[in-house]
Amino acid sequence: MSEPSTGATAASAEPAASAGSTASQAAAGGASTRGALGETLLEVKGLKKHFPLTRGVVLKRTVGHVRAVDGVDLTLRRGETVGLVGESGCGKSTVSKLLVALEKPTDGSIVYKGRDVTKLSKRGLKGYRREVQIIFQDPYASLNPRMTVGDIVAEGWSVHADIAPRKGRLQRTQELLERVGLNPDYVNRYPHQFSGGQRQRIGIARALALQPEIIVCDEPVSALDVSVQAQVVNLLEDLQDDFGLSYLFIAHDLSVVRHISDRVAVMYLGSVVETGTDAEVYGAPSHPYTQALLSSVPLHEPKLRGQRDRILLSGDVPSPANPPSGCRFRTRCWKAQDICAEEPPALVDRGQGHPAACHFAEARPAVVEGR
Amino acid sequence: MTGTTTVPVGPSGGRARTGELLLEVDDLHVEFRTRSGVVNAVNGVSYTLAERQTLAILGESGSGKSVSAQAIMGILDSPPAVITGGGIRFQGEDLLTMAEEDQRKVRGPGISMIFQDALSSLNPVYSVGYQIGEMFRAHRGTSKKDAKQKAVELMDRVRIPAAAQRVNDYPHQFSGGMRQRVMIAMAIALDPRILIADEPTTALDVTVQAQVMDLLKELQQDTGMGLILITHDLGVVNEVADDVAVMYAGKIVERGTVDDVFTDAAHPYTEGLMASIPQIEAKGGRLRPIVGQPPNLAAIPSGCPFHPRCARRRLGAEAAPGRECATDVPPLRLVAPGREAACHYSEEVLGV
Amino acid sequence: MTDQQQLDLRKDEVEAGTTTGLASPSVDVTSARQNSLWSDAWGSLKRNPLFWLGSLLFVFFALMAVVPQLFARGVDPRACDLAFAKDTPSSGHWFGYDPQGCDYLSNVVYGARSSLIIGIFAVVVILVLGVLVGAIAGFYGGVVDGVLSRLADIFYALPLILGALVLLRVGPSTDIPILNTRGPGAVALALALFGWMTAMRLVRSQVIAVKSSDYVAAARAMGASNRRILLRHILPNAVAPVLVYTTITIGVLIAAEATLTYLGVGLQRPAISWGLQIEAGQDSIRSAPHLVLFPSIILTLTVMAFVMLGDALRDALDPRQRA
Repeated sequence: MSEPSTGATAASAEPAASAGSTASQAAAGGASTRGALGETLLEVKGLKKHFPLTRGVVLKRTVGHVRAVDGVDLTLRRGETVGLVGESGCGKSTVSKLLVALEKPTDGSIVYKGRDVTKLSKRGLKGYRREVQIIFQDPYASLNPRMTVGDIVAEGWSVHADIAPRKGRLQRTQELLERVGLNPDYVNRYPHQFSGGQRQRIGIARALALQPEIIVCDEPVSALDVSVQAQVVNLLEDLQDDFGLSYLFIAHDLSVVRHISDRVAVMYLGSVVETGTDAEVYGAPSHPYTQALLSSVPLHEPKLRGQRDRILLSGDVPSPANPPSGCRFRTRCWKAQDICAEEPPALVDRGQGHPAACHFAEARPAVVEGR
Repeated sequence: MTGTTTVPVGPSGGRARTGELLLEVDDLHVEFRTRSGVVNAVNGVSYTLAERQTLAILGESGSGKSVSAQAIMGILDSPPAVITGGGIRFQGEDLLTMAEEDQRKVRGPGISMIFQDALSSLNPVYSVGYQIGEMFRAHRGTSKKDAKQKAVELMDRVRIPAAAQRVNDYPHQFSGGMRQRVMIAMAIALDPRILIADEPTTALDVTVQAQVMDLLKELQQDTGMGLILITHDLGVVNEVADDVAVMYAGKIVERGTVDDVFTDAAHPYTEGLMASIPQIEAKGGRLRPIVGQPPNLAAIPSGCPFHPRCARRRLGAEAAPGRECATDVPPLRLVAPGREAACHYSEEVLGV
Repeated sequence: MTDQQQLDLRKDEVEAGTTTGLASPSVDVTSARQNSLWSDAWGSLKRNPLFWLGSLLFVFFALMAVVPQLFARGVDPRACDLAFAKDTPSSGHWFGYDPQGCDYLSNVVYGARSSLIIGIFAVVVILVLGVLVGAIAGFYGGVVDGVLSRLADIFYALPLILGALVLLRVGPSTDIPILNTRGPGAVALALALFGWMTAMRLVRSQVIAVKSSDYVAAARAMGASNRRILLRHILPNAVAPVLVYTTITIGVLIAAEATLTYLGVGLQRPAISWGLQIEAGQDSIRSAPHLVLFPSIILTLTVMAFVMLGDALRDALDPRQRA
């Protein structure tokens, strides 16, 4: 199941692995069988994070706010993957930090298993941290260069002493390493002795050590080579099937997000502009920004060239410290009318089957279906 | 009021009409002599570039694509880099046999390069107008005033809005896409014959990426310059380039037009790359990655450098004589009209 | 090419990762030796001639401090005979005699002990103070950082020699422990008090840099306590520059002690110190230059030893040099 640890030739390994695991069967069967809808684990409502802009050296005055996240609603159910896409500056990284309590929200609620995370005590927060883990983007910066790989993976058990008794830790570490496709004998090696893709696997093992329910994946494959990305994506899917994990998958690569996600949310300048299943958002995007975004993705098959109308957006993304009134996208939108400046559109279904935050939402297939 | 345009992206309609031969890289070898050993970054790379042609060099880390371009530009750090063989002929003259000063004179106005991260490529303490104008002041002895005027013209040409006002702004005051345009303006200032773009869009958002690539294509049409695009992004290659050379472990493993190579690969590496990328148009099943890790250039595998990861390799008894994947290095040979590949069994790869 | 491009180039093309030998198990996936960054630094140190030279000198002087009898050829530095006062070097007495008629070689040799003790003790205090204050200031930031940094600024404004001088002069008349003696402890403490700020700044800036890295965020996301994060993650990655600084500072402070002693506020007779020897010999510099020459040379060599070691250490720990 984890390809690279087998020595067999790739050709024979692939079909054998696929046939042997239910995970692959489910995947082959299509998106609907994977991530069966379960209970709602995480519910985010009206999440906001404003960073103050200060001026002055001794006595700092707040002169404004960078509204990195300005009203985000999300739900995450057990076993499903929600993809969060958007371009740089849209606030998706900040959302990931808020969800793992690395930042405190300015407003809004994060309800996990019925309890509001923002109001948890220190002890409660520690329990929350155990169950919601994070994987970072940069494999070269996310591992402490002065700790061995084994120590990195096992650190969670030192913090939460009840998960694994001291005696069996080495063995469990090795099992984890093997599970993510690394040679368990390398427990005592240091991060700089591994390649980027391998380091990312170590990061995944570290997240798994605490047996979490949810893993927030903050651009986990963006810094990897193309041929290695697919390995890590497959690994994440396998782990999800094995351990019943839920993922919040944050990325700017639209193809990868489509592949791994069951539902997708598109962010622009701090808020979600469209959300729905992957088929809905990719197949019938209704918000102008989503349409523009999808139309810009370059296709890599020659025969598909010329089958897409690319929408070129004018202007730059407005500053999050000073977002436009009403609908934030109106300064670059070709449909903008007066109402767009007066009234911020709510994220509701306007007849396309999934919510879109646009007064003039209209489904418009941007990409060619099928292969 | 619309402020946006819809651009139908048409097929590239076959090869662009190319002109005279501008660049000839001939069997280039580059080594890095480090404390821990010798790293063979480029191992016998040859390619040509003609006027109006867009050649994409496709590869991942450890392929040597950037190093070969830097060798052309003469910006390799020597030591530890050493060019150990081959020639680089620009408009007929071999750059590697010339004296340093002559090389600089030939390269300067003739070949330009833009890099991945515009923020670290632009000097933060000088205004963009000053930096663009510097090209003119340094190479053509233009006066400060005229240089600034030319800078504004260039900024207009690369479609930076309000160029006249922004000419005195500093790099950090521009967004990523705008900074990339500033770099492009600097690169085309002296009307180079060749523009090398090293991962120009990797650090950019996808909407900005599209704009920058369109701009490059347009400039190429206008000036007739040759464009070498170094990237790992297959989508960008497909939409922009005419020809592609796929590099792996410091060698070219496949070469041909983008249409040919991407529709039907002749090398297992290209085949693997195409297969491992998720589709945006539809949700496929499980992804099919290439097994293993990118190669370590200090310890390149014997025989075909791709063989440890290759699904189609033939070892030992299964292999035809002289074509054993672990011991015999496959030469880059013609496998179909206009297509070359470095694989012992390309015909099988093509035929499948 | 910019530094970042250079780093990227190294990362991409040279350090592209490990071999693809997963398909053929005989080829190792990761590099053959298990090595931490410290052992990499050690490997780098071993190759540096500066390191060996500095180490040699250091060992030489350390031995001189520990077993001075060996180097003094068994002669007692206090066995003096005025009849030989200020005699120039001869075959029996390589360094001649001092103004009291004592063997100069043994005096100079015994001088190493006090200098090294003071230098090392002062630096240990600087290191502890610097790491403590710097880590707290850098880690907690905000008001705490503001207060501690301003404190350091105040100390910065006081010049090292002048401040130590005043403190040592005034010290004996106060009740402050250690400082009211006139021994090596007082000198070391006075030097440390005016020298800890740079160490603090170095640690603080490294802590601030490391604090924002992903692996610290990962530890925090895991629920690690502040103490754990500081001790396990931040400090090990933040101490490299301050180690280099403190190594060189040992040399600097040895020279500073000699200066203070020369000025009359450091060690007092009958202590044996190079500063005292230089002070005693300065009037006779024309007639008996060996009195100033020998202690000066030895002092210089001792300082050089630490400077060389510090230099070599900096090269070895420099992340850029690390391929």
